[in-house]
Amino acid sequence: MTAVAVRPRAPARRWPRLVWRQALLYLAVLVVLGVALFPFYWIVRTSLETTAEFSQGVSSLLPPHLTFQNFVNVFKQEHFGRPLLNSAIVSLATTFVTIVFSSLAGYALARLPVRGGGAILGFILLAGFFPPLAMVGPLFLVYRDFGFIDSIYPLIIVYFVYTLPIATWLLKNFFAQIPKDLEEAAMVDGATRLQALWRVVIPVAVPGVFTAAILSFILAWNDFTFAVSFITSSPHFTAPLAIVNYGQSQFQIFYNLIDAAVVIVTLPVAGLVLLAQRRIVTGLTAGALK
Amino acid sequence: MAQTVAVPRAEPGTPSPQEGGRGRTTALVRRERRLGYLMVAPTVIVLLFVTAFPLVYNFWNSFHNVILNQPGPHGFSGLKNYADLFTQQGFLGSLVRTLGFTAVSVAFEMVVGLGLAVLINKAFPGRGLVRAAILVPWAVPTVVSAMLWKTMFDPRSGFVDYLLGQLHLPGSNISWLTGQWTSWTAVFVADAWKNVPFIAIILLAGLQVIPDEVYEAARIDGASAWQSFRRMTLPLLKPALLVALVFRTLQAFLIFDVIYIMTGGGPGTSTETLSFLDYQAFINQFNFGYGGAIAIMLVVLSLIIAGIYVKVLRPST
Repeated sequence: MTAVAVRPRAPARRWPRLVWRQALLYLAVLVVLGVALFPFYWIVRTSLETTAEFSQGVSSLLPPHLTFQNFVNVFKQEHFGRPLLNSAIVSLATTFVTIVFSSLAGYALARLPVRGGGAILGFILLAGFFPPLAMVGPLFLVYRDFGFIDSIYPLIIVYFVYTLPIATWLLKNFFAQIPKDLEEAAMVDGATRLQALWRVVIPVAVPGVFTAAILSFILAWNDFTFAVSFITSSPHFTAPLAIVNYGQSQFQIFYNLIDAAVVIVTLPVAGLVLLAQRRIVTGLTAGALK
Repeated sequence: MAQTVAVPRAEPGTPSPQEGGRGRTTALVRRERRLGYLMVAPTVIVLLFVTAFPLVYNFWNSFHNVILNQPGPHGFSGLKNYADLFTQQGFLGSLVRTLGFTAVSVAFEMVVGLGLAVLINKAFPGRGLVRAAILVPWAVPTVVSAMLWKTMFDPRSGFVDYLLGQLHLPGSNISWLTGQWTSWTAVFVADAWKNVPFIAIILLAGLQVIPDEVYEAARIDGASAWQSFRRMTLPLLKPALLVALVFRTLQAFLIFDVIYIMTGGGPGTSTETLSFLDYQAFINQFNFGYGGAIAIMLVVLSLIIAGIYVKVLRPST
């Protein structure tokens, strides 16, 4: 009897605690979302202000009224199209070569009887930790001798230090998971190793290749250190370098204009994250946890 | 660090089943091995060129007088560049600031990152969207995060100022980036905002491999939530914690972009870090000997940091 009497009361007592917990969880989620995203709202808000409104300071959370003039000006007056194009060229080229090199290396390390494969892989991963500023000095001297200073293409070579370690690691793990029968069948049919890699293995490994490509693109697109060290004139600026330069060339900094450029440079990365969130997380964590 | 964990897993690929045979198979193995080296070569050569070569060149330069805009012999200078590290102003101050920033920001980011990982590991509607939302700060260029927080801290257009003003709190109407500690605060916030998500995502992956039965068992044994977190989650999360810690500590120790963009090392030299000092030596002063000595210190200190972590925190094998 007592058991029956207790049972209906138990949920009544537990319910509020559960609600409490859920409410706390949602509150925490809201705080996290706010901290992560509100700053983006703020730069969008600032980028939609006229210079006059900007100079008056902030009077409300909403922009006074919307103007896209800054987005027009950043292209028309500041010629932001050029640095954007430079960044796109360098990032895409870095991504492309990274995929070719890291596919070859990853495949060899996963499948071929390479002596000292562990040590080679260890070196490739260790290279990713090398201090970028320790690269800047010597490579500046070499680039100067070759006439590479203030040219965008040599940036690709240094960007490999960002991309090759993680891409090789990812693809090596990916290739190792693919059944050997596939390429062996192709090789029995007369294909060479490289043909089998290109025609049979890569098509199966497309998700892995895609992940490596997205991460490579983001890492190359985001560089500032090497661009500011090796690029000296504005026609050769990458987008991040151009943005920083807008902030330094004016006596009074007009964040409304700068933030328009900041919003533009954020868009491709934000798009990639929204489209391929899972892939990026898998890539990042596989690169770190295995 | 990542690769020490990696090395044992790399081995299974190496031994080949043909090794037992003789004659023709050995020739095949030899050919495959040669192909393997050829395929690894482009990656290894490029990475040697951008890491090992600068290391050696920096080492050479650090014992020589290599100042580009100073004509004259770039001769051997012995330990002068290293002596300069400890006698000239700049290096020791930067070292202390860099280590201080690294300790404070990494400690803070690890704690908050762990909390965030536990949060987004819970089941709630819209979790995927939240994970994507926190990934965006990590994925944007440092230029974006630095400029964004520069805007946020701007006394005229910034949100921080507006908020503090509305709440009648101290701190409004000040130029954050003109004071030493307020500058460091702004740098710290920009750095944490971008990097806490990275830690959270690494730790989330670590949390997801812990089987539910572990918690189940702990609950049956009457452990409180805190107890099972301390006694179960944390120890099982140790490998992921180690990875996040090594990655973040080295990144924070090498901080450059945020400093360059937000403070330019100022006011005065109060936010100069080692990487920033090295940049100035190379690119502003063209002093490749002194810069080389700083670069060598960067590499040595990075190795020491990584070594300490691996020694102290490596899961016993």
